[in-house]
Amino acid sequence: MRKAVLSLFLTLFLGINVIPIYADELVVYSARKEHLIKPLFDAYTTKTGIPIKYVTGKAGALLERLKAEGPMTPADLFITVDAGNLWKAAQEVVLQPVESEILKKNIPSHLRDPQNRWFGLSIRARTIVYNKDKVSPSDLDSYSSLGDPKWKGRLLLRTSKKVYNQSLVASLIAEKGETAAEKVVASWIENLSVAPFSSDTKALEAVMAGVGDVTVVNTYYLGRLLKKNPNVPLAIFWPNQNGTGVHVNVSGAGIAKHSKNRDQAVKLLEWLSSDEAQGTFASLNLEYAVNSSVKPDPRVAAWGEFKENPINVAKYGEHQTQAIKLMDRVGYK
Amino acid sequence: MSVINKIGEFRKQRPSFHLFRTFRLNSPGWFLTSFLIALVATTPVLVILSSYFFPEEDIWKHLVENVLQGLAFNTLKLLGCVIPLTALIGISMGWLTGACDYPGRRFFSWALVLPFAIPPYVFAFVYLGIFDFSGPVQSLIRESFPSIGFIDIRNTAGVSIILSLAFYPYVYLLSRSAFLTQGRSTMEAARMLGKSPLASFFSVALPMARPWIVAGLLLVTMETLADFGAVAIFNYDTFTTAIYKAWFGMFSLNAALQLSSILVVFVLIILVLEQHFRFRMRFNESRASGTRHQRLNLNGFKKWLAFSTSLMVFLLAFVLPFSQLIMWSWSNLNADALRYFEYAQNTFILGIVTASITTLGAIIIAYSKHSNPGFTMEWNARLATLGYALPGTVLAVGIYIPAAWVDNKLLDIFTGITGVKMDPLLQGSLTILIIAYVIRFMAAGFGSVDSSINRITPSIIEAARTMGATGTALLKRIYLPMTKTGVLTASIFVLVDVMKEMPITLMMRPFNWDTLAVKIFEYTSEGEWELAALPAVGLILIGLLPVLFIIRKTE
Repeated sequence: MRKAVLSLFLTLFLGINVIPIYADELVVYSARKEHLIKPLFDAYTTKTGIPIKYVTGKAGALLERLKAEGPMTPADLFITVDAGNLWKAAQEVVLQPVESEILKKNIPSHLRDPQNRWFGLSIRARTIVYNKDKVSPSDLDSYSSLGDPKWKGRLLLRTSKKVYNQSLVASLIAEKGETAAEKVVASWIENLSVAPFSSDTKALEAVMAGVGDVTVVNTYYLGRLLKKNPNVPLAIFWPNQNGTGVHVNVSGAGIAKHSKNRDQAVKLLEWLSSDEAQGTFASLNLEYAVNSSVKPDPRVAAWGEFKENPINVAKYGEHQTQAIKLMDRVGYK
Repeated sequence: MSVINKIGEFRKQRPSFHLFRTFRLNSPGWFLTSFLIALVATTPVLVILSSYFFPEEDIWKHLVENVLQGLAFNTLKLLGCVIPLTALIGISMGWLTGACDYPGRRFFSWALVLPFAIPPYVFAFVYLGIFDFSGPVQSLIRESFPSIGFIDIRNTAGVSIILSLAFYPYVYLLSRSAFLTQGRSTMEAARMLGKSPLASFFSVALPMARPWIVAGLLLVTMETLADFGAVAIFNYDTFTTAIYKAWFGMFSLNAALQLSSILVVFVLIILVLEQHFRFRMRFNESRASGTRHQRLNLNGFKKWLAFSTSLMVFLLAFVLPFSQLIMWSWSNLNADALRYFEYAQNTFILGIVTASITTLGAIIIAYSKHSNPGFTMEWNARLATLGYALPGTVLAVGIYIPAAWVDNKLLDIFTGITGVKMDPLLQGSLTILIIAYVIRFMAAGFGSVDSSINRITPSIIEAARTMGATGTALLKRIYLPMTKTGVLTASIFVLVDVMKEMPITLMMRPFNWDTLAVKIFEYTSEGEWELAALPAVGLILIGLLPVLFIIRKTE
């Protein structure tokens, strides 16, 4: 008994449990979920023989971990979803700039940091989805027009606590200014049929059930529903096609400032943006590739092409706090 | 064996419990260890306080003007519903299975603990899946009665029911062990004085069980305050919502920490109030070992009422969510599921190691408090158990930031002296993860140990002391045997709580230490409830083992 207890404490407190990081190994902190990222790591290891170690988690918490570890961090690459989180990581100086022609060529400039500290790797389009039985697409126009009185009691939204909606409102602020954006969001709240939902999926299911007729979601959530049941009465509408274009966000990555293995990490990042990886990266979650030479999954392609908003996604981070305050003020839960 | 015999036996033998040998007669070791635990547990609170060096006036102004009032009101409403509901379910079930006899009593006594293995966030997504607009229940109702519109269950009542079903086992287990170990003499005296069973329950059994019930309700209160997962699924904004909004949304960790300090103060006030009301009340009563107390035989209408309420609670709190999870898992089985064995193993190891350390710590704190009553040890215990009231992620940064800082400083010094580069010791290690768990769940262990220690009468201790038993021997010969149930309950609370824990694990785990809860998070945060069902079933199944174990040991 005493021996067992003693050895347990020894193991715990002498740090034998710290798994050493080997020289040729890459370490990734990822806020993108394991099932959406592991297949790519496996493919890269098979191709190059370089093992990849990773830990997943919430973006904000992983960022704090990276910050606290400072120069001692084992992390080489930081992957996260949402441009706001990437922007914040750059603000906190935990990422380092990368000058790479490959990355510049593969990734359009509005989907990466103007100072090259992070790079978008997949596009997530946030668009309008409606109930085919109740809404004619000709009634729809832009995000703002969802505040028209004709949608009174017919609109459903996800919670304002989700970063996707914060980014959407941030882009409205960047385009229209705060006062006009606040009016738009307030008019949405006027039109809500029930209180906002905790997830895009719940909002879509509520449209199917008839609680409301129209909602705003990331396309891949609809993709997942269609995968399970192709006959759901939901359809996609691409808003703002005569104006600014569809609101897009990214999942992306940057090289950790204190990476011990910078060159290899850059190679991994370049590979993730390549034709070879981009198809998998996007189709694993039915998203769109940032690399324009890669075609989307057939199910995604079936929704048709759309004009996307060319605003640099870094703007979302800059306006995020403003967006949250605005949504709080108009009572968007 | 009676207490006196045990003390007599003590004089014949030398203590054989080596682990405690260092803590000798009058040894300060107990108190030092106890202080040390409180010191480590206070670290995150200090980190929280240090955030006040970085004022966030802008964010505070916004929160105060637009958000805080509503959130505080929501949180209080939630507490106002969850506390009475868990008390009602927990105490009545504890009384029925602990002190009465009715059909199915043996079965329900363990079956009613099973919901404890289901994490609150799993309760939330399962119940939402069944009862929300697009769920099977409302769809069926709409088909049959089209005039009934949509019913939104995402409100205070809905969230309260979910949290009560998830948290009542704390009150149930603790009050049940109180009723089980209450001596029969007091109840009999009340009956002989002509009181009805119900009247004697309210005038004797209930007041005598008060410390346990209060300990359970305190745990429920802190769990409710710290919960983020379940309320987020219902999009019900509580105080934790503001904390996460400030941190993840407005990118201000400092504002989040400052908000958390309000929670800490709130919990301290509750603890002090509780102590105040308990002042001068004594709960020193215990059945002598070996005597079984007489159960109250329910008959006729009463026994079926007891049966059907127990059944109802069991169905709602376990059978319904568990079968829904099984159905979802079944339709989503894939080869990936094989990896869950590894996650289950990780989950279990973390739980066992943390439960052992935490229970030991709880014994040390409770014992040093009991053997040296007064202001110092009282506050020592309070500080050591504060971690339970903090949202997991806040506690995690509160530990990780100072740990990494110390780590980096040490490494700097080490490299400066020897010129050799070394890997960090604490950051990204199991050690720091387990320390965080211990701080988080010390309260869950302490409450149970403390309330059972508190009923050891001073006269027993005095008797033992006159026979020469002191310090460690006293603990080993008197305290441990007499608090066995409390200690077991404590270790199960911690074990199961750790296995269900999500935010700390997410932030602090080392590589390759994914747990079932981590998997559940990865799916639920993507809205993939049905895929989350399989790891949830795994989590419940391994949580059942310790739950069944404790029931066998305490029956």
